[in-house]
Amino acid sequence: MPVQDRNGQKIWQRRSGRESLMHWIMWLIGVAIFAYCWHQISQATTWFFVWDAPRIANDIWTRATPPKWEYITQLGKPIWDTLNIATLGTIIALFLAVPVAFLAARNTTPSALFIRPIALLIIVATRSINSLIWALLLIAIIGPGVFAGVIAIAIRSIGFCAKLLYEAIEEIDETQVEAITATGASRWQVMAYGIVPQIMPAFAGIAVFRWDINIRESTVLGLVGAGGIGLQLSSSLNVLAWPQVSLILLVILAAVVISEWVSAKVRGAII
Amino acid sequence: MSAPDTADTTELSALLGKPWRKPAFVQRTWLRWTLILGFAAYLVAAYLTIEINWSRVYEGLERGKQFVLAFTNPDFVTRSGDIYAGMVESIIMTVAASVVGIAISIPIALGAARNVAPLPVYLICRSIIAVSRALQEIIVAILLVAIFGFGPLAGFLTLSFATIGFLAKLLAEDIESMDRVQAEAIRASGARWSQWINYGVQPQVMPRLIGLSIYRIDINFRESAILGLVGAGGIGATLNTSFDRYEYDTAAAILILIILVVMALEYLSGIIRARVQ
Repeated sequence: MPVQDRNGQKIWQRRSGRESLMHWIMWLIGVAIFAYCWHQISQATTWFFVWDAPRIANDIWTRATPPKWEYITQLGKPIWDTLNIATLGTIIALFLAVPVAFLAARNTTPSALFIRPIALLIIVATRSINSLIWALLLIAIIGPGVFAGVIAIAIRSIGFCAKLLYEAIEEIDETQVEAITATGASRWQVMAYGIVPQIMPAFAGIAVFRWDINIRESTVLGLVGAGGIGLQLSSSLNVLAWPQVSLILLVILAAVVISEWVSAKVRGAII
Repeated sequence: MSAPDTADTTELSALLGKPWRKPAFVQRTWLRWTLILGFAAYLVAAYLTIEINWSRVYEGLERGKQFVLAFTNPDFVTRSGDIYAGMVESIIMTVAASVVGIAISIPIALGAARNVAPLPVYLICRSIIAVSRALQEIIVAILLVAIFGFGPLAGFLTLSFATIGFLAKLLAEDIESMDRVQAEAIRASGARWSQWINYGVQPQVMPRLIGLSIYRIDINFRESAILGLVGAGGIGATLNTSFDRYEYDTAAAILILIILVVMALEYLSGIIRARVQ
């Protein structure tokens, strides 16, 4: 225990002299990096606009309130599209994620040397790119519309679902698998009766969890032209129809809150 | 023999001689069939309302092939200046926003933990978290770009704001589930409130705080890649331009760089989390 001796009196300290020196150096480096970053940001900022910001914010607020309530009649179809993008995207993603997860899990992969790295690469690559970028890409390839949104959400969700699923597969109870194997079951039967029942609750939980996230993400996919309520948002923003924008934001907020509530309820019922 | 045993035996004898069947995932029959039928009806309805222009999709496959091929031959060189500037701006935004976001979310997390904060503070902090979580980054970015003008400042503010909701919520949950005994021992030694937090609470939640912070840095970087789409700085603007100009090789190079940085961050976070735990 580091103890400092001062005039014959022993005083307890949290760190020894060397440790606290290291600690301070680390903090110094951290602060220096942050200061550099802040300097770069401030260089790239037009400060006149920032000082003017309260006035602009106030201006936007007065334009945006009250929301244009009668516009809600035109939002039914976009909301339905958004729901479809999220739900169908999640379903497709789950179908694709299951084989990837089985290939990526250490205890079920056919080849830890060749196939597992490929599966892990698929997981990382789909996970690290945001669904908006996937949407951008798919719009260039298959044209704007709901379909591009569905595929974008599906691709983005593969990595997430497969990662959580393969972690669940790695944590299964091996004794059950062994018991099924001991009955003389084939590889597929072991999977169906030994592994699948154990990961089923995790799978259902992941599906609902991802669906909730996908509802959030699909509300903004329209900004790049991939269908859903984001399309209305972007066209309203383009014509500076702020009362419509505020109504759309309220609708999106409501959709997010409802989907979170539904997902919490369903997950509570499963677990 | 008691009554339940007889019931068991009759149930067993009813089952004897029949082949075993896998129990269904949803036990109640009516609920299972309602779910299945409702789901099928939804799928049909969804399929009927989505318009898919198959001929357009078919035409696009050629471009899709070009894009996939571009991944085998990414072009880092032609737009290297733009890519470099965009990446640096993304990283700078990520670092600055993570530092500020984490610094702000620690006091808010303390305020949002019921065992540390009094009720009024708790309610205020919880509502801040709820607002921050309910608004997506990209929508916040649109509003902030409208207010503060184009550039990385709007992106920095967006990411800081989003960090608060994520980190404060999870940290508050960790503080709420901490071991009371240790904190009470510190308090019994006559510690002030700040000492109580520093020596009683902080050591217990530190591993989780570090783990969450690194995870959030990872998320912030991924998000910073799209903020450029709405003019909030970062690599997104370069990426968007390269898509618009059909320069798939440059786009592939940018996507590969993003994936590499995310992989590096994930690897780093694995090492650091293993060390603090």
